[in-house]
Amino acid sequence: MTLDRRRFIKRSAAVAAATAAGITIPIQDIKAASSAEGNWKWDKAVCRFCGTGCGIMVATKNDRIVAVKGDPLAPVNRGLNCIKGYFNAKIMYGEDRLKRPLLRVDENGNFSKQGKFKPVSWKRAFDEMELQMKKTLKELGPTGIGVFSSGQHTIMEGYAISKLMKAGFRSHNIDPNARHCMASAVVGFIQTFGIDEPAGNYDDIEITDTIISWGANMAEMHPILWSRATENKLSNRERTKVVNLSTYTNRTSDLADLEIIFKPNTDLAIWNYIAHEIVYNYPDSIDWEFVNKYTEFATGVVDIGYGMRTPNHPKFTDKEKETVRNEESKVLSEDEGISLSYLGYKAGDTMEMKNRATSVKHWRITFQEFKRGLKPYDVNYTAKVAKGNPSESIDDFKKKLKQLAALYIEKERKVVSYWTMGFNQHTRGSWVNEQAYMVHLLLGKQSKPGSGAFSLTGQPSACGTAREVGTFAHRLPADLVVANPKHRVFSEKIWKVPFGTINPKPGSHVMKIHRDIEDGKIKFAWITTCNPYQNSANANHWLKAARTMDNFIVCSDGYPGISAKVSDLILPSAMIFEKWGAFGNAERRTQHWKQQVTPVGAAMPDIWQFVELAKRFKLREVWGAQPIPGLDGGLPDVLEKAQRMGYNPNDTLYDVLFANKEAQSFAWPDPVGKDTQNTEAEGDKRDVTGSDDKPFKGYGFFIQKYLWEEYRKFGLGHGHDLAPFNAYHNVRGLKWPVVNGKETLWRFNSKYDSYAEKAGVGDFAFYGKALKEIGQGDLKALKPALGKYKLANRAKIFFRPYMEPPEKPNGEYPFWMCTGRVLEHWHSGTMTMRVPELYRAVPEALCYMHPKDAVKSGLIEGDLVWVESRRGKVKCHVETRGRNRVPQGLVFIPWFDEKVFINKVCLDATCPMSKETDFKKSAVKIYKV
Amino acid sequence: MSSRRDALRKIFNSAMIAGSGGLVWGTVASSAAKSPLALRPPGALVDDKFVQACIKCGKCVVACPYDTLMLAEVTEDKCLGTPFFEPRKIPCYLCTNYPCIKACPSGALLIDNIQQESEPANIENARMGLAVVHKESCIAFSGIQCDVCYRACPLMGKAIVLVKEKNEFTGKHANLKPVVNSDYCTGCGICEKVCIVEKAAIFILPVDLVTGKTGDHYVNSWEKNDEKRIENRETLQRSTDEDVESAIEYLNSDNELFEE
Repeated sequence: MTLDRRRFIKRSAAVAAATAAGITIPIQDIKAASSAEGNWKWDKAVCRFCGTGCGIMVATKNDRIVAVKGDPLAPVNRGLNCIKGYFNAKIMYGEDRLKRPLLRVDENGNFSKQGKFKPVSWKRAFDEMELQMKKTLKELGPTGIGVFSSGQHTIMEGYAISKLMKAGFRSHNIDPNARHCMASAVVGFIQTFGIDEPAGNYDDIEITDTIISWGANMAEMHPILWSRATENKLSNRERTKVVNLSTYTNRTSDLADLEIIFKPNTDLAIWNYIAHEIVYNYPDSIDWEFVNKYTEFATGVVDIGYGMRTPNHPKFTDKEKETVRNEESKVLSEDEGISLSYLGYKAGDTMEMKNRATSVKHWRITFQEFKRGLKPYDVNYTAKVAKGNPSESIDDFKKKLKQLAALYIEKERKVVSYWTMGFNQHTRGSWVNEQAYMVHLLLGKQSKPGSGAFSLTGQPSACGTAREVGTFAHRLPADLVVANPKHRVFSEKIWKVPFGTINPKPGSHVMKIHRDIEDGKIKFAWITTCNPYQNSANANHWLKAARTMDNFIVCSDGYPGISAKVSDLILPSAMIFEKWGAFGNAERRTQHWKQQVTPVGAAMPDIWQFVELAKRFKLREVWGAQPIPGLDGGLPDVLEKAQRMGYNPNDTLYDVLFANKEAQSFAWPDPVGKDTQNTEAEGDKRDVTGSDDKPFKGYGFFIQKYLWEEYRKFGLGHGHDLAPFNAYHNVRGLKWPVVNGKETLWRFNSKYDSYAEKAGVGDFAFYGKALKEIGQGDLKALKPALGKYKLANRAKIFFRPYMEPPEKPNGEYPFWMCTGRVLEHWHSGTMTMRVPELYRAVPEALCYMHPKDAVKSGLIEGDLVWVESRRGKVKCHVETRGRNRVPQGLVFIPWFDEKVFINKVCLDATCPMSKETDFKKSAVKIYKV
Repeated sequence: MSSRRDALRKIFNSAMIAGSGGLVWGTVASSAAKSPLALRPPGALVDDKFVQACIKCGKCVVACPYDTLMLAEVTEDKCLGTPFFEPRKIPCYLCTNYPCIKACPSGALLIDNIQQESEPANIENARMGLAVVHKESCIAFSGIQCDVCYRACPLMGKAIVLVKEKNEFTGKHANLKPVVNSDYCTGCGICEKVCIVEKAAIFILPVDLVTGKTGDHYVNSWEKNDEKRIENRETLQRSTDEDVESAIEYLNSDNELFEE
């Protein structure tokens, strides 16, 4: 029976859909569908791109990916995709995939910083890496090396590199690009709940009747979730309300019943306005039972700077210093004079930034004090501070603020607040995250089906890898931190390394790794699965440091990008479907996949790269006494303890960390990997010449499963429970904590979360363990005399004031400049700009500008302009129409396009608490080329 | 983007072909100068009139900053030497200062054509063609969250709108289907250019070819101002007082009624 194409497509879709819905369909239709798919092999996998975590099915034929489809069984997307997902198959085989290691060499083949890239063997690559790394370790100790890690690492990769750095090299200079995207969210979670990641899940989108998006263009950045929001709105036109709060009109506004365009940074004031309405005008809306039983009020220090270096740094230009001087002290504006009056400040006063190093300091206050802090935020003050569109009337804006507050306050109304980079990339990003919880907790609209503040993530495994594995400078797996001695001991036990191995001093976060390289404090850096030289603000500094200073930079990647271009050694990496892996999405859903195809050329999986490097280091080279700047006495010599544990000083880090007895017990082949290849375990048909110049035949054991099962031990019984490795290969992901095989839908809610139930304090329990014993004071200061206060199982409702960012437009730089993304491209575009269709759709980054601003600047649509800040400038074309409609005085320029290198323009100020860069607020001037 | 020099060379080549043989030129001239599939620059006269008015000077081609416009060559069925564009290659980017129209010396491209009543000329009034969606190949119709054409449209939300519809397969997602509104579509073809499927599922055709016309005997009650559409119609009058012959003839031929 022959099927024409159309009927085949229809049948396949029908079969899939019917299967998903549990509908029985005629057997001949199933047969037709599977035979039409011929000799392809379909297997489940996960989309490579964003934090939504859509399931896909991948088809392979002759050991190549030939097609993908949305996975009808995946609960997130049920067989649909956005257009990035649509092109998963096409990202794999771009013409310029990196296929062999490349080293900068002189004419004699010796490494030279000034040399040109030439292909070298894996052995030559590792020889050079080993040499350079050992040279640096000898000169500077463990803090002299650094790793740029990623929220796009698989969970096992992140775990492997974290273990190698933290337990092996005893360095915490490992930090993911996720620092740039959700570090503020993490601080918000830890400070409020004592445990990371959202309480709710995507089902909230269907259950809720109010979807409020704050600084998140979900329509473009989380299209599949937005299509679920759209469906909710379609099915409940009257009841469901959608609100978009943003600094410019974007695609998300299309669905919105209410759009609020606010001035950059004033989200802080708007949240306080909502709280002001609740506390002063609608006190009955406070869920007192919830508040009294499950929360405490708190506040913290405000003179914390803006995460910049101090102006005396020799590498700052005079122009840069105009902004950087605010790091030490800032003259308060008129608006700040009011918002900070509770501290005794008035407009024109100079605030000395005394708590730069202690920005997370906070203490318990009373409700009366909390209420006093909110006093200034009435509708008049807030509207004056926050109105972002000069052509809108103040009365209209006030009306909108009132509508917004009314939606939150309405008793019977379920509300979900969603946000991403608008909150997180913010010099007070941690505060604004906390403020979202402030409102939801006051109203008792948190951790309930359809109600809650929900922090969305950007990257496919920002949650699963970066946050849960803890590939950060201050973290260990499962929310443990390096500064806590108990956490270090716990980790050392699981890692089977001597007590005292782990460095007690947190390492350098992403911006600090860049700054340390510029300061000569880090001389060896490894970039893996990220593009830090394109994605970090104030790029001119870091580019120059990489290329002109004495250092050695390695870049592992699938495609050449800016970071590879400024590196000294480039390693070709296997891409997603060329290796076993797992990602964790924004709703705590962990999803695994199997290796589908052999990698291209001599590209190898990142786990292999980490493990091969581990082979080059003997215990005696890394576990002796080590100097650590700022740590008295440095790190102890743990070799003797190691020997007592049965290790030999000549054992390698490979032997101890990755190929120990436990690791070897995970046999390969394994039934879960039937008919599936495993390059790390058994090598592959290419017989790639490995790091020892011999064909690589595999480690002989199931290393990915070992890494998973060991990693899992960190979270079991601690609220981070993950299921056994094999379990994930039978399902479309599970939302942790997975207890007794059951996933958790709404955390902290005793009805759904066994941990909350176990706490035995009522319907809810905010059982996170971190920062649950704090001092007490009033709005103004901590009062040590009041003693410490324990708040087990309670969340904190923070009061945080409105403050301005360190750089604002002025006469010379009259525009706010905001960066962000477009649906068509993923991050720095290394993958999606190589998909011809996506390139054709959006070939370059444009400068979105208000038509009146264009006229005022003597510009027309399509003009080529310079966009210049105090730090750098880029050329791009002006766009006055289209998807992003900015208010006068603001421009939007996406950052995916390396030819419009917008990070040269951006300010590298960060939230001082989270160290996450504010990419959204630089002051620029714009003029015709 | 190629330089103006290249554009000039192209014009020169066309001219050479045109001049090289009377036979060729004659053939083209005799084809009544009608090329119904060609997409013309903004402000162009309607096809016959355009071809008659165009003096094939190529000045609009030179003026186009995006190299959108090309001059028809002899092998193309678009009337030799006249300007046209192919959106999938390079669409019209709707320059707000319409340099092509300004460059036209013959009136084949007219500012009047992008002007409405007393308003100043606006490139958004151009009607170079009309976008058409082939829904079977448009992936948005099957629920893929695409809407690339919508976001790329310079008149986003007007010329292309997204019609939201529940996806019955998944039950919890909405399909966002692009629908073209001919009241606003300029025919610039940016949608055709950016469409991410293999062969564009949205494409531009000359307005005449893809527009229908509603009869003027009926007014849509739900459409505002629909009455305006028939304002100038003349009264419906097909019969005259005298013209009754056919009726009588019909009445008189009753034989058929009794045939068995």
